[in-house]
Amino acid sequence: MGENGKPKFAMYWAAGCGGCEIGVLDIQEALLDVADFFEIVFWPVAIDAKYKDVEAFEDGYIDLCLFNGSIRSDENRHMAQLLRAKSKILVAFGSCAHEGCIPGLGNQYGTEALMDYAYSLSPSTENPQGLRPQAVYEMPEGDLEIPTLLDVLTPLDAVVNVDYYVPGCPPQPPQILAVMTAIMQGAELPPPGSVIGAGVKTVCDECPRERKEKKIREFKRPGTAQPNPNECLLDQGFICLGPATRSGCDALCVKANAPCRGCYGAPPNVEDQGARMMSAIASVIDSSDPEEIQHIIASLDDPLGTFYRFSLAKSSLRRLAR
Amino acid sequence: MSASADFEPTIIGFLCRWCSYTGADLAGTSRVKYPPNMIPLKVMCSGRVDPSLVLKALADGADGVLILGCHPGDCHYHEGNHKTMRRVPMLKSVLQQYGIDPARVRLEWVSASEGDRFAEVVHDFTEEIRALGPQKRVESVA
Repeated sequence: MGENGKPKFAMYWAAGCGGCEIGVLDIQEALLDVADFFEIVFWPVAIDAKYKDVEAFEDGYIDLCLFNGSIRSDENRHMAQLLRAKSKILVAFGSCAHEGCIPGLGNQYGTEALMDYAYSLSPSTENPQGLRPQAVYEMPEGDLEIPTLLDVLTPLDAVVNVDYYVPGCPPQPPQILAVMTAIMQGAELPPPGSVIGAGVKTVCDECPRERKEKKIREFKRPGTAQPNPNECLLDQGFICLGPATRSGCDALCVKANAPCRGCYGAPPNVEDQGARMMSAIASVIDSSDPEEIQHIIASLDDPLGTFYRFSLAKSSLRRLAR
Repeated sequence: MSASADFEPTIIGFLCRWCSYTGADLAGTSRVKYPPNMIPLKVMCSGRVDPSLVLKALADGADGVLILGCHPGDCHYHEGNHKTMRRVPMLKSVLQQYGIDPARVRLEWVSASEGDRFAEVVHDFTEEIRALGPQKRVESVA
């Protein structure tokens, strides 16, 4: 606590889209209570504080730090280590910090290939000189430096110890509010390492749709077919990650007639969300003929990106070299 | 990938308790020779082999994973092996897309009376993995 008796709050945006920051704004007028309860000492989106200000804090100065975004560059890693040292409670906030999220899908290509695509190969790139960003550029006035990408993207807990995880892409405002309220009211927090701001079941447990026996003959995608709004999406052949995804979002996507994409990550006691989903979906393929099974599986575009859309950087696959 | 001459593959085998494990027992009691590379794990049914177990085995040090179950129609639980029949190609499609040779995972049917076939499958798969070479791993993910 500072001289004013208020706990110190920080929020940081690493490799992510910024949706988590919007998620916090979406708690709406309750944000005023948060701003009143805490002293905001570092939050680049909201206040003007510099890295050197954080470096000047003594260790453990920040009471609560919400870290969103994954670790993609050496700058992200440096800030993760710095904020870890300066924070009493460090929260991996949102899917990127929790499990790598969409940026983690880049790990299937590797950093070099990503740079090649971004600076040479993509159809919209015009770069005849083959320019690439340099980590250091010498200018007469002195060296200019920019961060460099790491070989692989990782979630926050691959580089520092994390106290809590708040899942979601982004975390849903009611869940954020519940977490902030619990902290502000001094409620007893769960053991370190816990997932907070989410449920303990699967999205299917919150889904209001009618379920029957699942028998998949062909995989469909929204955009190529119109889902019936009242029946289970899996029953209809749409890949919905509900069975392999932690509850807590109140089945937001399925209630909007869109299949669950799995942003809340694996449910409790499941290590690998993608594998769990593969297991669930494959078992309801309606065929026992190997050739026909192959054919049905082939009707699914991008199985890796479908099952591991948010969790590739935390999956068992991440440990396998190609 | 070039296989070094002294590479001995490590293979994790998931054997269904009713057919394939008994088939392995038969191979043993019949003194049929087969390579010692496969570490057999007894499971109640090949349908119990969740893709996460296969991925964990590969991530933790296996160069190949062999899943052995009852022939279709013979499952003690009626259709556990039918589920495996669908899960394994699904897993292979994901492995392929990630850049891992799907041949590192193989599903075969071995009944309790097929001791010879069990030995043949283990021999075949061991040689195939030997030719593929070691499954490399990422040393550090940080």
